[in-house]
Amino acid sequence: MSMLVLIGLLLVGGVMAWLAERIAVNLSRWVSLATVTVSLLYLLGIISGLPEGSLQLTPDPGDGSSWLLYLHIDWIERFGIALEMAMDGLSLLLVVLTLLLGLVAIASSWSEIEFKQGLFQANLLWTLAGVCGVFLAMDLFLFFLFWEVMLIPMYLLIAIWGHEKREYAAMKFFIFTQVSGLLMLLAIVMLAWHGQKVNGHLSFSYFDLLGLPLQGRSGWIMMLGFFIAFTVKLPSFPFHTWLPDAHTQAPTAGSVLLAGILLKTGAYGLLRFCIPLFPDLSAQFAPVAMGLGAAGVIYGAVLAFAQTDFKRLVAYSSVSHMGFVLLGLYAWNNLALQGAIMQMVAHGVSTAALFMMAGALQQRLHTRDMRRMGGLWHQAPRMGACAMFFAVASLGLPGLGNFVAEFLVLAGLFAVQPWLTAIAALGLITAAVYSLWMIQQTFQGKPDEQRSMSDFGSREMFAMTAMMIALVALGVYPQPVLDLAQPVLDGLHGLVQDSMLVAQVRP
Amino acid sequence: MGGLQIPMTHVLLLAATLFSCGLLGLMLRRNIIFMLMSLEVMLNAAALAFVAAGAKWGQADGQVIFLLILTVAAAEVAVGLGLVLQIQRRFKTLDMDQANRLRG
Amino acid sequence: MAIWLIPFLPLLSATLLMVSTGRMPRSLTAVLGAGSVGLAALLVALLAQGFLADGQVREVTLWTWMAVDNFTPRVAFYVDGLTIVMMSVITGVGFLIHLYSIEFMWDDESLCRYFAYMNLFVAAMLLLVMADNLLLLYLGWEGVGVCSYLLVGFWYRDADNGKAARKAFVVTRVGDTAMALGLFLLFTELGTLDIQPLMVAANANWQVGDTLPIVATALLLGGAVGKSAQLPLHTWLPDAMAGPTPVSALIHAATMVTAGVYLIARNYQLFLLAPPTMQAVAWIGVATLLLAAFTALAQHDIKRILAYSTISQIGYMFLALGVGAFASGIFHLMTHAFFKALLFLAAGAVIHCLHHEHNIFRMGGLRTRLPVVFWSFLIGSAALAALPFTSGFYSKDAILLSAWEQPDIGPWLWAGGLLGALLTSIYSFRLVFIVFFGEAQTEPDRQPGWRMAGPLLLLCLLSLIGGWFALPLSGVFPENGHAQVNHSVEIISIATPLLGLLLAYLLFLGRQLSIDKLLASPTGQALKSFCLSGWRIDNLYNALWVRPYTNLAHWWRNEPIDQLYNAVVAASQWSHRTLLGLQTGELRWYATSMVFGLVLLLAIMLRNAT
Repeated sequence: MSMLVLIGLLLVGGVMAWLAERIAVNLSRWVSLATVTVSLLYLLGIISGLPEGSLQLTPDPGDGSSWLLYLHIDWIERFGIALEMAMDGLSLLLVVLTLLLGLVAIASSWSEIEFKQGLFQANLLWTLAGVCGVFLAMDLFLFFLFWEVMLIPMYLLIAIWGHEKREYAAMKFFIFTQVSGLLMLLAIVMLAWHGQKVNGHLSFSYFDLLGLPLQGRSGWIMMLGFFIAFTVKLPSFPFHTWLPDAHTQAPTAGSVLLAGILLKTGAYGLLRFCIPLFPDLSAQFAPVAMGLGAAGVIYGAVLAFAQTDFKRLVAYSSVSHMGFVLLGLYAWNNLALQGAIMQMVAHGVSTAALFMMAGALQQRLHTRDMRRMGGLWHQAPRMGACAMFFAVASLGLPGLGNFVAEFLVLAGLFAVQPWLTAIAALGLITAAVYSLWMIQQTFQGKPDEQRSMSDFGSREMFAMTAMMIALVALGVYPQPVLDLAQPVLDGLHGLVQDSMLVAQVRP
Repeated sequence: MGGLQIPMTHVLLLAATLFSCGLLGLMLRRNIIFMLMSLEVMLNAAALAFVAAGAKWGQADGQVIFLLILTVAAAEVAVGLGLVLQIQRRFKTLDMDQANRLRG
Repeated sequence: MAIWLIPFLPLLSATLLMVSTGRMPRSLTAVLGAGSVGLAALLVALLAQGFLADGQVREVTLWTWMAVDNFTPRVAFYVDGLTIVMMSVITGVGFLIHLYSIEFMWDDESLCRYFAYMNLFVAAMLLLVMADNLLLLYLGWEGVGVCSYLLVGFWYRDADNGKAARKAFVVTRVGDTAMALGLFLLFTELGTLDIQPLMVAANANWQVGDTLPIVATALLLGGAVGKSAQLPLHTWLPDAMAGPTPVSALIHAATMVTAGVYLIARNYQLFLLAPPTMQAVAWIGVATLLLAAFTALAQHDIKRILAYSTISQIGYMFLALGVGAFASGIFHLMTHAFFKALLFLAAGAVIHCLHHEHNIFRMGGLRTRLPVVFWSFLIGSAALAALPFTSGFYSKDAILLSAWEQPDIGPWLWAGGLLGALLTSIYSFRLVFIVFFGEAQTEPDRQPGWRMAGPLLLLCLLSLIGGWFALPLSGVFPENGHAQVNHSVEIISIATPLLGLLLAYLLFLGRQLSIDKLLASPTGQALKSFCLSGWRIDNLYNALWVRPYTNLAHWWRNEPIDQLYNAVVAASQWSHRTLLGLQTGELRWYATSMVFGLVLLLAIMLRNAT
């Protein structure tokens, strides 16, 4: 029940934020802040109320009632559709990340949005609700519903509050995700139908559909339906082209949400649905998927280097970083999977911070064109220091979260595909090239003495410092995150054997 | 059932002829009044076929449908004539080839 | 004693300085910046004393960094003789350089940022040498790289400095990536990254000459080559001279660039399993030391000369490692840290007192005007050239002897090293003669104060007596006693630097020998510009890597993949336009097409029905 309450809180909070605008113009952002804070506290309250040691227990991946939280209410019985939700360590991690980045998104839109603030905050909260639903839904039909729910408010965020080419970007985002979502819907229906033939009753429940014998052409079609839907969202090369446009045109809060959490739904979907539902086919498909991941790493990095628009550069760096996630997921050993999960968290934080930086620059300079910046360190040393920190985080400096993630992914991948690892490792070099080039063009170089620009204020510094501390904590002591995900991975390993996808790391 | 029996084929032939006349009128006339009238002819042709069929199998359904068609025709004429008035007012013509834009 | 305090103190000070963002008083900044390193140096001295007394290896585990399956790197320190030597150099020389920096950087508006970066560097470097596993070592390794980037580009207003900084980072990153792959390989094959268990496992699982250790060491060597500016990744170091001079002294002479040497020495058991890699190390050393020495001869920027000489001296260390004389390599690392820091600091003093003049041909006659600097420079150059009884003499002599004793290739390596020694002597005294003798070109506008002079004098002392230190390395490396010392070889290696000194005197001071005519000829010109540009390796790399990469990025800038999707868009737009022609708005046309459509459908249905 608590999971429904959590999502309900966000949905209702959105409506309230919308209405609050009529009372006072700036009230809605406070309502929205309060909603997310309350949701977060509520969630933490529930987690602390769980019996001790339940976070360390390995959940049975085939039975939701052994998970941390489980909810099953019949909904459309005729088609075997139920309100079935469950939370394990992985979902918990991602929901907490979602809510935290929700706070960051609200902070970053604090003074940026003036037009229809209430509706803006409402869309923001509804997106969060949709994402939380995606991370919790265990009924495939419900999952698809939430998948769409998070899409539409996001579309509105881009289309209404975006920058100069917002219609184009919003439409592109919508079409890409919608078409891929349609493929997934078809795959879901096919899968449920298949399940009926095998199990004897129609059900959309994840737990009923696990372990179906899926072979041949129809199996491939279903697997690819899921795979494409998730890799469009991830996004992976070559389905990534919506991302630079959407990121660039979205308002800062939209970019933060997109990069921070919406992309993670793709990775989550692969890990939770695509690979466990189709273990054999995924094993056969793994080389292709990993190839796409490595291609994304390099391609994203090269294109990031070519950009002149700050936000576009960060967007392409996301493509590059998410390539590591794809690599890690399909390497399917513990090291690489932990790395992929770590990358989701660390990339969420570091990229959110860089998008905030881009938003702050745009607010001050009214441009995102880096050719018109330069020497900003002189006017805004605190911004410069923050930008430098997150730039070196994104190039994978050890001691920060992204390094742990990339190292684990590559170390795990090396046991499977040494040559591919060597290619993906080139991404470490190219990441240095574009990150440092970004810093050079914005904060270094000759300052324009005419320009007057205010440095970060205390509110912005607070958000930035929090994210810096988070990245350092993830970098020097990632164990809490790893421990939270480990039982889930153990469970998944029980479902999909290591040996199916890879050779075991030699002890 | 006494009285003069009209063979079914004749009735259907008549209905088909009427229907074709209406259709031709709809396709060839440009004046909207005539188009509406042609529509009316087509509706009635169909209705005739229903009545005949109802008589043939001794079922009331044919007459029920005939009443339905009457109602639909009346409604259609009401809407249609309203449109005719509007078109006349906007375009100053009743030629439908002139009025081929959605905005007036 | 709390060993963790040693890297923690500079780290804490760096954090404080960063958080203060320059609002701290300058004097407090300076005290904090230099004081934290000074304290660390004191602690290292205590630690060294304790170690010399009991010879116990000290291991401290702070926490487990991460634990996934059997991948459990810890944040843990391993302190043996080698570590003690490195720590002493880093904190000792580091403290002197910090002290010197106070005066050198006093007028800079970003004093706080400077000390924050410097302290961070010291902390990272300490982590590098104290790490008990290769992953923590890699953390320090990358950390010093970033600090080097930050400090080379310290004066960010000049875009050239930024370019030099980026070049330094990216070129070393190439090596680092190879090293990371090496770590993956070692972990996958041996299941651990803790250095001591790794050595045991390697010896247990691998035979000398197996492929895997060769590949692994070659990858590690890639990292070492990048960090230590050896062929073929040496190009970043001369450009890195764009940073403040004390930075060059600390990072690009005394400590960071020698990290590669440390890496190989630390993993020497692994390298001993791979003789081909060892040979490669030796040959890379010789090739680099010759190339850099030749290049140094032609330079006219005082710092670039010293930079090439650094590359060349690290080449000697690689040569030592390659022939298995690890202790000699580390010994040379230490003496080199003394005299090269001295030279850089003295050069910094010259630059500081001469309105930031870098060109040696606009100096001259400084012997009487800056006496302290002159004597420092002279002593430093003597040690660099390995004149007898200076510290450089002892260390370099040991390396040349070890090279000579190497079977088969020994004499060749020795000859290369000897030629390098001759060139070293020539270019270092060329520098002394041109800068400090002859006629004055520029008048100094100030004298170095005590904070500059003090470190210089101390380093002079170290450069002179550093050769008599007995390093506590016996427990670390295998003994390779010099069974019979070949006297003729020894005499030649003593005489060579003196010959170089004589040649330099004749060429640049006495002018009894003149090469002006040779240089004026077309071939001489070409040769000179070839040497000046560092054998055009930069141009080669630009053509090979930089330009193709930027061209590729430029070519791809507009998303070739998106063209595919745009094609779909274009197709649907085309069909839209085509079908639009049917939408005439004429009622009769619609009615007619409906009729024909119906007739067609009916016909099809009837046909199928019959």
